[in-house]
Amino acid sequence: MNAASHEPAPLLDVAGLTVSFATEWALVPVVTGLSFKVGHGEIVSIVGESGAGKTVALLSVLGLTDRRNTKIEGSVTFRGRSLLDLSEREMRQIRGREIGFIAQNPMTALTPVHTIGWQIEEQIRVHLNLSRAAARRRAAELLDEVGLPNPAKALDLYPHQLSGGMRQRAVIAMALSCNPSLLVADEPTTALDVTVQAQVLELLRRLRLDFGLSIILVTHDLGVVGEMADRVLVMYAGRVVERGPTDVIFDDPWHPYTWGLLASIPPLHGQRAMRLASIPGTPPSFTALPKGCGFAPRCRFRFEPCAETPPRHEQGEHAALCFIDSSDRPRLREQILYPSSDRVA
Amino acid sequence: MPGSGGEPMIAVIVARIVQMLFVMLGISVVVFLIFFATPGADPSARIAGRNATQETLAAVRKDFGLDRPMPVQYVLLMKRLFVTGDLTSFANRGQRVIPQIMDAAPITLALVLGAAVLWVVGALVLGVVAAASRDTLLDRGLMGLALIGVSMPVFWFGEVMNLLSQSRMHDTIFFSWVPSLGYKPLSDGFAPWFKTLVIPWFTLAVLYIGFYARVLRANLVETYHEDFIRTARAKGLGPLRIMLRHALRPSLIPFVTMFGLDFGALVGGAALLTEVVFGLNGIGRLTYVALQSLDLPVILATVIYASFFVVAANALVDIAYAALDPRVRSGR
Repeated sequence: MNAASHEPAPLLDVAGLTVSFATEWALVPVVTGLSFKVGHGEIVSIVGESGAGKTVALLSVLGLTDRRNTKIEGSVTFRGRSLLDLSEREMRQIRGREIGFIAQNPMTALTPVHTIGWQIEEQIRVHLNLSRAAARRRAAELLDEVGLPNPAKALDLYPHQLSGGMRQRAVIAMALSCNPSLLVADEPTTALDVTVQAQVLELLRRLRLDFGLSIILVTHDLGVVGEMADRVLVMYAGRVVERGPTDVIFDDPWHPYTWGLLASIPPLHGQRAMRLASIPGTPPSFTALPKGCGFAPRCRFRFEPCAETPPRHEQGEHAALCFIDSSDRPRLREQILYPSSDRVA
Repeated sequence: MPGSGGEPMIAVIVARIVQMLFVMLGISVVVFLIFFATPGADPSARIAGRNATQETLAAVRKDFGLDRPMPVQYVLLMKRLFVTGDLTSFANRGQRVIPQIMDAAPITLALVLGAAVLWVVGALVLGVVAAASRDTLLDRGLMGLALIGVSMPVFWFGEVMNLLSQSRMHDTIFFSWVPSLGYKPLSDGFAPWFKTLVIPWFTLAVLYIGFYARVLRANLVETYHEDFIRTARAKGLGPLRIMLRHALRPSLIPFVTMFGLDFGALVGGAALLTEVVFGLNGIGRLTYVALQSLDLPVILATVIYASFFVVAANALVDIAYAALDPRVRSGR
């Protein structure tokens, strides 16, 4: 799958994306210099805590941020078209047609006063020139495709009559309705039970294989990343602090923040810690980002240089923004990932 | 997993109407008790009015069966209100009460229904336009206008309208069509009826347009923060479609609630000021005059009439909820 990123023209190419919100006092950058590519049939995952800027990054790619108080710089190229230069009208023809969106919370993502079928038909008929009957047939096929039992009947159900997992399937069916080439999923499993989560992830994986879909998967769950993604971007305070192919990130993580994230998943094998590790503190407010490395205030290994902008270490596709030297890295990483005592700060 | 799209509408409607009948029965009992069983007061003295003679009091007692048990009194009263319709007023020397109400009710209904159409349509348009252009000058301007509408007392605004249309500008092309004050029944033709009511409709509606538009705008703006609006935008829908098909319906619940309360109250006599200003002898005026002469049978009848309209309006509101929101239909 990594081969996809070497192709000359990726499906989506985001370069130097910077998103700032206008507040009463200043322009506050929420995403800074975000660059990534998504190849055909590839799953790229963006990981980070709540408030890292993941959702904002996604919404600005789709042009769904509020134009009046958001400033977007950089470039977003989708199939050779620069999305940021398109008018709202042109953007509407891409949204829902070529890029499908899956929202975080299926409980609130569907309009409560219309049936599932109505909402899927609506999207089909806005984009494709189909009759009502044909759109309805297509909607039933889609619901069948995503594994809703009795799809013909499900068409006439209202969102509140479905369980969370079923609703998320309906949302996915809707996102797929116009055969998009890119699916953008904003924490699609966060609001679901664990067993349902697994089913939904399995569904997304199957859709990728069946339809050659590319997926951008935003999550805060590295477990989901490990199962799904080809490549990972780790975001912190609006910046990508580490990026690389999934297996590389899991085998040889470079950034202390990534270590912290990895340490917070319970290990499947070996001795289990008494308590799961957590990263102390909370992410910084965007109005008061520290100078230099944004993670420094919460980092156990910070030293003087961290007050400056961290350098970029790069090795093939793997890159990270950190001052820690490659020679010190394994030793420090041990302390986080394999602490000798059970008392992990 | 339920297999249908919720309870069918017709079941909701029938259930609500049956409920409504029970509430009306309850109200009639309570009203009866207030008028006839208040401890320490003699109902016959109050029904007979001020300075009644002993003969009148005796007549009242016999007429209302006041020497018989309570349940009999209640049934007698209900019979005279709804079956024979021969409830008479003593303060007003034997005038029948029911015909007075039957004369006044169509006037009030015409006034309030017309105003309601105006204010619902006006508030929908104003609220939707303001919400769609929120935080722009247009939004601020419209909401400023709405605030002015809410702030104007209806009697003052009505008199200003009268001053312009009946006197100062009556001879200009704007108001030369305005007939003199008072009501012309629909049986005299549509045009005269319509002309006498246009200005009262507008006057009564202005207050409500302002109020309802502000509430609708606030609810729409709140709905626009919902996830499903983001989903609708991510589907590539146009702004008009998102507004009308996705945002408006979920935002209408408070609007409908207020409408039920206001409409019921207005039909029940709360349009008094408008009626007085425009010389329309509706229910509000009838109640007002009856109160001045302490004409108890008329007050009793108008109270029952008014409460029935409030109850009926509320039943309609509940039915409208079910039509608007499928979650209400399935009893969640």
